[in-house]
Amino acid sequence: MPEAVLHVYRGDASGGGLKEYRVPLEEGMVVLDAIHHIQGHQAPDLAVRWNCKAAKCGSCSAEVNGKPKLLCKTRMDALPPGQPVVVQPLKAFPIVKDLVTDVQWNYEVNKRIPPFTPKPNAEWRWKQEDVDRVQEFRKCIECFLCQDVCHVLRSHGRTDAFAGPRFLVRVAGLEMHPMDALNRTKFLKEDAGIGLCNITKCCTEVCPEDITITDNAIIPLKERVVDDHYDPVRMLVRLVTGKKKGE
Amino acid sequence: MSERYESHDVDVLVIGAGGAGLRAAIEASAQGARVGVVCKSLLGKAHTVMAEGGVAAALAHVDPSDSWKVHFKDTMLGGKMLNNWRMAQLHAQEAPDRVRELERWGAVFDRTRDGRILQRNFGGHSSPRLAHVGDRTGLEMIRTLQDFGVHQGLEVYMECTVTKLLKQDSRVVGAFAYWRETGRFVLFRAKSVVLATGGIGKAYTITSNSWEYTGDGHALALGAGAELIDMEFVQFHPTGMVWPPGVQGLLVTEAVRGEGGLLRNATGERFMERYDPKRMELSTRDMVARAIYTEVKEGRGSPHGGAFLDISHKPPEMVKKKLPSMYHQFMEFANIDITKSPMEVGPTVHYIMGGVRVDADTGAATVPGLFAAGEASGGMHGANRLGGNSLSDLLVFGRRAGAGSAAYAAKAPGHGVVDPAQVAAAERELLEPFERASGPDPYSIHRRLQQSMHSLVGIFRTEQDLMKGIEEIVKLQAEANAVRVEGSRAFNPGWHLAHDLRNMLTISEAIARCALQRRESRGAHARLDYPNLNPELGDVNSVATLDGEAVRVSQSPLPRMPDELRALFATEPAGVQS
Amino acid sequence: MAETAHAASREHFGSTSRRDSWWLAPGLVAAGLLLLGGYATWAALQGTHFEFGRYLSPLYSPKIAAPWWPLSPALLILIPPLLFRSTCYYYRKAYYRAFFLDPVACAVGELNRGKYTGETGFPFVLQNLHRFAFYLAFLWLFFLWHDVWDAFWFDGRFGVGLGTLVILASTGTLTLYTFSCHSFRHLVGGKLDCFSCTAAARGRHGAWLGVSALNEHHMGFAWISLVSVCFADFYVRLLSMGVFHDVRLL
Ligand SMILES: Cc1cc2nc3c(=O)[nH]c(=O)nc-3n(C[C@H](O)[C@H](O)[C@H](O)COP(=O)(O)OP(=O)(O)OC[C@H]3O[C@@H](n4cnc5c(N)ncnc54)[C@H](O)[C@@H]3O)c2cc1C
Ligand code: SF4
Ligand code: SF4
Ligand code: FES
Ligand code: FES
Repeated sequence: MPEAVLHVYRGDASGGGLKEYRVPLEEGMVVLDAIHHIQGHQAPDLAVRWNCKAAKCGSCSAEVNGKPKLLCKTRMDALPPGQPVVVQPLKAFPIVKDLVTDVQWNYEVNKRIPPFTPKPNAEWRWKQEDVDRVQEFRKCIECFLCQDVCHVLRSHGRTDAFAGPRFLVRVAGLEMHPMDALNRTKFLKEDAGIGLCNITKCCTEVCPEDITITDNAIIPLKERVVDDHYDPVRMLVRLVTGKKKGE
Repeated sequence: MSERYESHDVDVLVIGAGGAGLRAAIEASAQGARVGVVCKSLLGKAHTVMAEGGVAAALAHVDPSDSWKVHFKDTMLGGKMLNNWRMAQLHAQEAPDRVRELERWGAVFDRTRDGRILQRNFGGHSSPRLAHVGDRTGLEMIRTLQDFGVHQGLEVYMECTVTKLLKQDSRVVGAFAYWRETGRFVLFRAKSVVLATGGIGKAYTITSNSWEYTGDGHALALGAGAELIDMEFVQFHPTGMVWPPGVQGLLVTEAVRGEGGLLRNATGERFMERYDPKRMELSTRDMVARAIYTEVKEGRGSPHGGAFLDISHKPPEMVKKKLPSMYHQFMEFANIDITKSPMEVGPTVHYIMGGVRVDADTGAATVPGLFAAGEASGGMHGANRLGGNSLSDLLVFGRRAGAGSAAYAAKAPGHGVVDPAQVAAAERELLEPFERASGPDPYSIHRRLQQSMHSLVGIFRTEQDLMKGIEEIVKLQAEANAVRVEGSRAFNPGWHLAHDLRNMLTISEAIARCALQRRESRGAHARLDYPNLNPELGDVNSVATLDGEAVRVSQSPLPRMPDELRALFATEPAGVQS
Repeated sequence: MAETAHAASREHFGSTSRRDSWWLAPGLVAAGLLLLGGYATWAALQGTHFEFGRYLSPLYSPKIAAPWWPLSPALLILIPPLLFRSTCYYYRKAYYRAFFLDPVACAVGELNRGKYTGETGFPFVLQNLHRFAFYLAFLWLFFLWHDVWDAFWFDGRFGVGLGTLVILASTGTLTLYTFSCHSFRHLVGGKLDCFSCTAAARGRHGAWLGVSALNEHHMGFAWISLVSVCFADFYVRLLSMGVFHDVRLL
């Protein structure tokens, strides 16, 4: 039976390194299958997160050959043959053990987002075309691969000031909801740090749900922030007419 | 003693953060209770996230003649009249409000042309009834509840596994758990506890369920002295993927058939014609699963041992829009373009109808202070669950259990006293596997259990197989008690499995013993040696309890349906068709 | 969360576990931008050979009379298009990656020079005014289409030369580039939350869908238009220098 060679990161906050494992290759096998095989036969304490094994829950995020991926969606036969498959934990988050990282920070960010606030007395009717945009954003499975790859977090460590693409996607889903009454441009500018995104699109490249994060969520939000906070003409119009931001 | 541990005091402790757990927590918190939510995975990853097809509610947006009564009737008939009538009634009456409420909290369902929530067809439902979002309805639901809940001030303890419920006399007063990350122990003191831990699928080889589905809630309830009912009813979903091996069992949503998908065997015949000519592909799951199984057994299966499910006669754009995850699932895992070629599908373990016996109105279990909701509870679905009725079940009874547990907590005199001996025993049980110098490893025992359950307590059962299965389970229990775990307590999956395994073994025994006791075929429970429905067994539930380490089973009468509801079934054939 | 800094501190420029040729894309972009940008700069500095008959190089359009300006007119004329392109969301991505190496490629280590401020500090915060550059670029389209019109006339008679097509292609792709702009997508309808709520919004929904469809190809249009503008100038230049003779097609 053909064999695959994997180099899997083993270690914790105090350090660690890649360890080599060999597993029999099966047709249609994904990297998570290989990891499970290692767990079941060679290293029972190898730590990995997973739930659905169907690319639906966003638990099994890690880096395969240096690229942020869902382990359950990465097929072994799509990787260069004859070379070891390198599996490492997400780099942008503190390591817990082996392939498991501490993603708690993301949940903290989520709590700060002003929640869905329906318009009072609204009639709850809207059309499919009103929510096509929002439904794209709501496909997000919170795998945090985009957070991992985003250089603002990964390379510059700006967790202090930047919410990351995942949460800009979430805000986009709220801002463009036809029934939502809040305006979050101030939050985007000051709290979520949307200006730190330099639209270099790595998030879009890794999103397993194919959400066009940068073009459909972040840039439209940037434009909304411009409307309320940078566009001098609009500021003037608001001054003259007394209209509020976001109208 | 208990001071050694990290400990938390809450009014209501909800175990499980799926649809049922979150809905319960939101309700309890709305009633003024201080709520803690514990879950084994990260928040938002519970099984509910995988639900695809939709949530059943008689909104009557697509078929104006739909009503709660029709939904009630469909549910009871689908469950072969074994359902708790009161649960089925509350469910059908309240589901529409629960769905509308989700929309008020930010959920974005697909729309009808006139701008209301769209509904689709599903097996066993007599009109299009499932509110949905493409084929990712569960994701929409869990994200909506999660985002709503975090702003309500729920305290969430994620990646934390509860291993024992703690009792003071007859009352449940808290829970003992460990953090998966560090392996450290933690104590929760609570005035009431809600079990919303989901199902048991991991006891079987081929399943649509995730690692979390090890029957923890069922086992916790048994351990606390509560009763389980209807455990023999394990739903095999007819359409799981059969190939490639790595994704065997992965669900192919019923929405494929709801949107017009056709089932064929190797000869190209639409074989459902021979099993249920009226409803064809949209027959109930038990029927379709057995039909596919039989076709394969009799040599008319597809190359990898399944049936063909074909949606390629529909416009590709429509398929991609209404079934996007199925399209991607087959594209990525099996190199099949479902807009062009058929899928290969076969039965996969999907859901357990049985669970903790609860009071329909409050979700109270048979032990004071303990409540249950969702897949972990029993009664609502009888002998077979209709697709889409689970998500609505989570909302309706999650809310009711939340309210029930909050009311109980408000009346409780205060936190109970935690018995140090119980805590010490729970701790021993977890630590022992590390201390053994030798012993079997949990992974191999798990594999053997799965194989036994699949072949001996599977889709078709016989007395002989079931006896053998029980024997096998008892043997594995002994091995599991001697299991050895390597490594440290920090995020150690082998150790986690060693404990989950005990739960799986307990509930496997309950399933097998209940199955042995029910000498008939009804709904999801099919006995080759008793192939027919036995009307006398139509008004008894199987009951499982724990006696020391052993599972005991008995029977108890079904609550009697009031006459005005009974009248709804007047036109149905006596006994109800199988 | 201070611990996350550990990830950043471990990396140095170019460090990565990626095994593909991640440097190829930014390399090509840098080469392309240098080449085309270099040519455009050189051509703009010439101040000569930008006209042939009624053909006018797009780099020198509109023709202006500025006797007070000692240098090539293109240096004035090109300010709006330059502002437009340099604040364009696509080009920003391209040059942040290829020239600022911030990041040079995804999941590849960066040069860490002090505190990262993205588009919040001067001068990058000015990128937020991209829509004003769009307004100007939109105006410029009128001049450029006027040039296309002119290119159809030969000594007072209607006709089509190879040059006509070259200029048409340049303005055509520029138009696609301009109308696929993200700021335009926002203005035309992206800013609305409900498309079906009012009659006006329903109309804008159609426009937004159209612009969105173009917008998906914005990167492609950015490159094609840049190439064809440079080529149009090059073509006119060759004609004007007498190196090449225009082909009359009609
Ligand atoms: C692939 C798939 C598709 C489905 N599609 C549909 C559908 O279309 N329509 C429908 O109605 N139903 C569907 N179902 C069924 C439905 O999704 C489930 O029955 C339902 O989601 C169960 O919800 P729950 O809240 O009871 O449990 P879950 O959502 O599974 O949540 C269980 C929670 O309990 C926690 N937990 C478990 N044990 C412990 C422990 N020991 N300590 C702490 N926490 C614990 C888990 O971490 C988790 O948070 C589908 C099921 C699957 C598998
Ligand atoms: S586009 Fe913005 S959010 Fe996305 S990875 Fe790049 S910098 Fe981060
Ligand atoms: S936006 Fe995409 S990459 Fe980011 S968390 Fe969501 S699914 Fe993952
Ligand atoms: S395990 Fe759920 S996304 Fe991979
Ligand atoms: S021109 Fe590129 S975004 Fe405006």
